[in-house]
Amino acid sequence: MKKDLLGLKDLSADNINNILETAETMKLILSQPNKKTPHLQGKTVVNLFYENSTRTRLSFELAAKYMSANAANITASGSSVQKGETLIDTAETINAMGTDILVMRHSMSGAPHLIAPLLSASVINAGDGMDEHPTQALLDMLTIKEKKGGFKGLKVAIVGDINHSRVVRSNIYGLTKLGAEVSVGGPSTLIPPGMEKMGVKVFKSIHEAIVDADVVMGLRIQLERQKSGLFPSLREYYRFFGIDEKRLKFAKPDALVMHPGPVNRGVEFSSSVIDGDQSVINEQVTNGVAVRMAVMYILSRGGFAD
Amino acid sequence: MKILIKGGRVIDSANNIDKVTDIFVDNGVISDIGDDLELEGIEMEVIDASGKIVSPGLVDMHCHLRDPGQEYKEDIETGTRSAAMGGITSVACMPNTKPVIDSEAVVSYIRNRAKEVGYVNVYPIGAISKGLEGKELAEIGELKFAGAVAISDDGRPVVASGLMRRAMEYADMFDMTVISHCEDLGLADGGHMNEGYMSTYLGLRGITRAAEEVMVSRDIIIAEATGTAIHIAHVSTRGSVELVRQAKKRGVRVTCETCPHYFTLTENAVDGFNTNAKMNPPLRTDDDVEAIKEGLKDGTIDCIVTDHAPHHIDEKNCEFALALNGIVGFETSLGLGLEYLVKPGVLTLNELIEKMSVNPSRILGLSKGKLSVGGCADITIFNPDEEWTVDISKFESKSKNSPYDGFKLCGKPEYVIVNGDIIVNQGVLL
Repeated sequence: MKKDLLGLKDLSADNINNILETAETMKLILSQPNKKTPHLQGKTVVNLFYENSTRTRLSFELAAKYMSANAANITASGSSVQKGETLIDTAETINAMGTDILVMRHSMSGAPHLIAPLLSASVINAGDGMDEHPTQALLDMLTIKEKKGGFKGLKVAIVGDINHSRVVRSNIYGLTKLGAEVSVGGPSTLIPPGMEKMGVKVFKSIHEAIVDADVVMGLRIQLERQKSGLFPSLREYYRFFGIDEKRLKFAKPDALVMHPGPVNRGVEFSSSVIDGDQSVINEQVTNGVAVRMAVMYILSRGGFAD
Repeated sequence: MKILIKGGRVIDSANNIDKVTDIFVDNGVISDIGDDLELEGIEMEVIDASGKIVSPGLVDMHCHLRDPGQEYKEDIETGTRSAAMGGITSVACMPNTKPVIDSEAVVSYIRNRAKEVGYVNVYPIGAISKGLEGKELAEIGELKFAGAVAISDDGRPVVASGLMRRAMEYADMFDMTVISHCEDLGLADGGHMNEGYMSTYLGLRGITRAAEEVMVSRDIIIAEATGTAIHIAHVSTRGSVELVRQAKKRGVRVTCETCPHYFTLTENAVDGFNTNAKMNPPLRTDDDVEAIKEGLKDGTIDCIVTDHAPHHIDEKNCEFALALNGIVGFETSLGLGLEYLVKPGVLTLNELIEKMSVNPSRILGLSKGKLSVGGCADITIFNPDEEWTVDISKFESKSKNSPYDGFKLCGKPEYVIVNGDIIVNQGVLL
């Protein structure tokens, strides 16, 4: 059994299906007037966030609370990190206080992999550097499954800053394991080498990337990438890779528009696309809570089957 | 001390010797070499070397002893103990100590300290630039006369091409070897491992091979334009090997080295965020490993060095991006050379010894790397067929940052003689 969720790289198709099915059940709880179950009663969930986050942290916190867990939050700026304590020491301290599930976000790839083997608590990776963000991919997959019924033969196009994105890596591992075809597109300076070896198709033009797609996923473009010389301007990005209603027509007419948020309106998508009929961005957020409830539920009952 | 080394296969390419014979060591020097030496009535240590290789002591021209300043990682005593266990009888240590080796005082400290507590010969390498800051030349003449054997800003590139040119011209006047750490920092772009599939897979920032090759090209071009010499440190890519190969054909005064990790490991060793596979330059690909072997075989690569870089466990047991670069190498380099180069026939034993003793000694201008009558008795004796398993917990080095724990290698030094004294006897450090 795996006691941690470090990435979708490590999970089997069965593990992923199990999470998605559990999340569907959890979603029923979210639609109740009284959103409370006893599944994690007496358990303690600690959110340890070394990077700013609003939605992911709140999503984990609410997921824990809906299941009656004790939930606490630590942000890097308010902790011993400033005193120069190592990550391992911080994690072991939190573990020693009776933590059952440690949810961690960290700016460096591999940080959760470093602490997970040292702790009795289950570790959930809430995003590590450019490596993985498994619960984001799981909520994306839950959304796709709900709308499209499955993954086999589905064409998912992911557009934007592929290189710096942990979301794209987790989505590639998860979607390809369940039989979807993934294509990626973006400025060549934001596409890392060896993507084809991960089983995806790489396109330099937005039209080729999204043609006939069942799902069009945009990734957040950060202004700091412009400052470090990776592309000239957000304006030019939008001209060549931004998706407006006209471009969206290259995808299938019922293609889903998705984004992990926060969205830059007028950069990844036009506002009309974000607010349009094909957008499922708000449903993704709801599904985020359900998926995190499912993951915590499974981990609190032994973990993922090998 | 008098020592008779009997019946070993003596390999000494400097003197064109490769045969089973005896060596007699007396008072720190080799006093006789010959078959069935008869030395009746003399009290002496007799080493039965039959079935073993008797080699000039190994010379490692690129290591970090961390002393002065970072003795929690290594010091001259533990570093030279570690070297001795690897069959290395002379080391040249890089100047990125605290303070930097950019003055006579620091050179003298290291030499004196090595005389007091060292197990092997220690030769300091001075800085190219004051404080390794890449701005002004260090006092290279003074460093030379204090006992430094080469200059390098190792760990950092000399970014300013004009300064590098002047360093090479100035050092040439003193016959000082300039060792270049080739890295274009702009191209390296703060990366942590080789750029390629594995960096994409792990979500780690990659370092393009161009970062190394651009600087190798630059330094070769400067050497060619000014007629000066350059030694390229830790070559890791196919492109760098090819650049050096072509430059040598044109008659450029260029030499170069590689390290065991560049012919034994690839970027795949990083999988799982293994910080003991983090070094600079980074581990590359199978194709590069192949090219390094070709370069060793055809003589493009002159030396095998360890780049012994001890780090405290806390500096490795951390986030990959924060982990420091480098691995300890003294105690595994001979075994890796024998297992990965000699056993598969990439190099002959003679060639391996040339790259681990003869050539580095020549490049630094040392009177080592040979077994001459009247010459100093630095000798390493090993059985190239004897298998052993690397156990990092047994390392003499203060630091254990090695990716080779559990590796099965062949050829562990059984006897190591430094300046006529046996310091490793039947594999045990005295």
